[in-house]
Amino acid sequence: MNQLMNSIGNWVDERLPVSDFWKKHISEYYAPKNFNLWYFFGSLSMLVLANQLLTGIFLTMHYKPGAETAFASVEYIMRDVEWGWLIRYMHSTGASLFFVVVYLHMFRALMYGSYQKPREIVWILGVTIYLVLMAESFMGYVLPWGQMSYWGAQVIISLFGAVPYIGEALVEWIRGDYFVADATLNRFFALHVVALPLVLVGLVVLHLAALHEVGSNNPEGVDIKAKKDSAGRPLDGIPFHPYYTIKDIFGVGVFLTLAAFIVFFAPEFGGKFLKPDNFVQANSLVTPDHIPPVWYFTPFYAILQAVPDKLMGVILMGVSVLILYIVPWLDRSPVRSLRYRSWPSKVALAIFVIAFIRLGMLGLSQDSSTFELRLWTFVYFAFFILMPIWTRLEATKPVPERVSSS
Amino acid sequence: MNRGLLTLKCLIVSLALSFAVVSSVGAAPKGNLDASGANVFDLASVQRGAALFANYCMACHSAKYMRYKRMEEDLDLTEDQIQEFLVPAGLEVSDYMISSMPYEASAEWFGKSPPDLSLTARSRGPDWIYTFLRSYYLTEDGWNNTVLANPAMPHVLWELQGIQRPVMEMVEDETGAMEVKVASLELDQPGTLSPSAYDDAIRDIVAFMQYIAEPAVLKRQRLGIWVLLFLALFTFLSYLLYHEYWKDIKK
Repeated sequence: MNQLMNSIGNWVDERLPVSDFWKKHISEYYAPKNFNLWYFFGSLSMLVLANQLLTGIFLTMHYKPGAETAFASVEYIMRDVEWGWLIRYMHSTGASLFFVVVYLHMFRALMYGSYQKPREIVWILGVTIYLVLMAESFMGYVLPWGQMSYWGAQVIISLFGAVPYIGEALVEWIRGDYFVADATLNRFFALHVVALPLVLVGLVVLHLAALHEVGSNNPEGVDIKAKKDSAGRPLDGIPFHPYYTIKDIFGVGVFLTLAAFIVFFAPEFGGKFLKPDNFVQANSLVTPDHIPPVWYFTPFYAILQAVPDKLMGVILMGVSVLILYIVPWLDRSPVRSLRYRSWPSKVALAIFVIAFIRLGMLGLSQDSSTFELRLWTFVYFAFFILMPIWTRLEATKPVPERVSSS
Repeated sequence: MNRGLLTLKCLIVSLALSFAVVSSVGAAPKGNLDASGANVFDLASVQRGAALFANYCMACHSAKYMRYKRMEEDLDLTEDQIQEFLVPAGLEVSDYMISSMPYEASAEWFGKSPPDLSLTARSRGPDWIYTFLRSYYLTEDGWNNTVLANPAMPHVLWELQGIQRPVMEMVEDETGAMEVKVASLELDQPGTLSPSAYDDAIRDIVAFMQYIAEPAVLKRQRLGIWVLLFLALFTFLSYLLYHEYWKDIKK
C-alpha cells in the first residue's frame, strides 16, 4: 500500500512539483519562532476569504439579481432555503469580520515595521488587497437592495460627480442609468461575484509569494536569515508546518468561537453589521433621514465630511487611503520594531489609532462637530506627513542579532 | 507574547469604549419609545399574537414573505389549527400570508397602501410597534397617533383598548414661538380589555411580528448553543495540541 502511494507520488512529482511546493511554502518555510498574538490575523484573513467565497457561491445559487427580485430573493434565502439563514449570516458577519482582521493585520505591520526593506512589495500588495476589499464589500452591500443598499450606493457613486468636467458623465457611466437602478445592481453583482473575487485571490497569491521570497518579519524586527546553521536553516526559524499550522488552528478556534457567537446570537450586531433600514426594500422615492456607511468605511467618510468643498473632500478621502502606499518610504527609522524605537514612534502610533477610531465614530454619527472632524483628520494626516521627521530624529536601541528566548 | 497581549488589550478596551459611545448615540430614541418586553421565545405569547394578527391586522396588511405552513413546525400548531384559526377563506396552509385586500385599490381607500408587515419588527424594531399600537388617540378630526403623526391607519384595536384622549400643553419651540403639543394620553372610554391586558395583547402581537420577521430566530439560538459548545471544546483541544507541539520550541 505504502509502496503504491509512493510510486503514485513520484509519478506526479515528476510531472507537477507538488512535493517541492509543499516543502518550499509549508514544511520547509522557516518562520521566526517568536511570532506573537498579532501574527494570527494573516491566516485568519485567509480563513475569512475562504468563508466569503464558499458562502458566496451558495448565496449566488439562490439570489436573483434585479431591482424587482433581489430583495425578495434574500428573504427567500432567509426563510425557505435550507440553512439559507446560516449561510447568509455567515456571509454578512464575515464581511465585517474581514475588516476587523485586516485592520488588526495592518496595525501589526505598522507596529513592527513589517513594510520596511525588503518587504515593500508585500506591503504594497497588501494595501492593494485592502482597496479591492473595499470595492468588493461596497458592491456586496448593494446586492440585498434594501434602503441602505440603495441610498448608500447613491451617495458613494455620486462622489465621482465631484470630478471636474466629466463628473456627471462618469457617474452616469458607473450607474448605467440616470439613477441607481436595475442596471447598477446587475453590474455590481457581476463585479462582486466574478471580477473582484478573482482579483482578490490573485492578489493574495502574490502577497504570499512576495512574503515567502523575503521571509516573515517578527516582533523584534530581527533578520533571522542573517544567522543560519550549517544546513542553511535560520537558527531562529522554525518550519511553518507543523508549528504554525498547529498554532494557527488554535487561533482559528478562538476566532470561530467569537464569530459563531455573532452569527447565532447577534447577527445584526446592534444594527452595525445589518442595518434596520436595510430590511425595507429599496425605494427611490423615500430618502432615509440618515445614510451612514457601514462601520468599516466611516473613518474615511468622516475625512470626507471634514472638508467643505466636495471635490477637495473626495480628493482628501482618496489620499487618506492611498497614502498607505508610501509608508515604507516615509519611515526613515533604522530599526523595524516599535520595541527598539523610542517614545516619539510609540506616542505617534497610539495617537494615530485613537484618531482612526475616533474618525470612525464621527463618520457614523449624524451631527458630528466640524471642529472634531477636522482635528482628527489633521491628526490622521500628520501621522504620515511627520513620520519621516520623527523616525529620523528619534534615538533607537540596538537590535539584537538573535531573537531572544523570552 | 506579553507585550503583544498588552497592546491588544489596550486596543480591545478602546474599541469597546468606542462601541459603547457609538451605540449610545445610535440608540437615541426617535421620540420616547417604551420597552416592549416582547419575548419571541415564549411560544404561547407568539401563538396568541398569531391569532390577534390574523384577526385584526390581516384584513389589510400582508406578510408576504411568510408561509402559514412554517408555523406548524416552529409554533407547535397542527395544520388544522392553522387552517381554522389563521388562514382566511380562499387561502391554503401552503400559501404566503397575503391579505385579501386588493393592494392597488387600498391606496385609494386609505391614501396609502397598507405596508407589508413581514419585516417591520426588524426595520422599525419591536419597541416602535409596541409604542405605536398603544399611542392612538381620538380628536374631532379622527384618529391620530403620538408615534406616527396622522397615520393612514385608523385605530383598529380601539374596541380592545378603548378611546384615549390627548392632554395638551403649550411648549416653546426653538424659535421661541408657542406650540400646542400632546403631553400625555388619557383613557376616556374603557375598552373590552383592561389597560394591562391590552398591553399584554400588544406584546403578543409584537412577539409574533418578531417571529415572522425572522422565523429562523428560534432555531438559530437553539443551534447556537451547541455550536459554541463544540467550538469551545475544539479550541481547548487545539490549545493542548499547540502546547504539546511547541514544548521543545519554548525552552
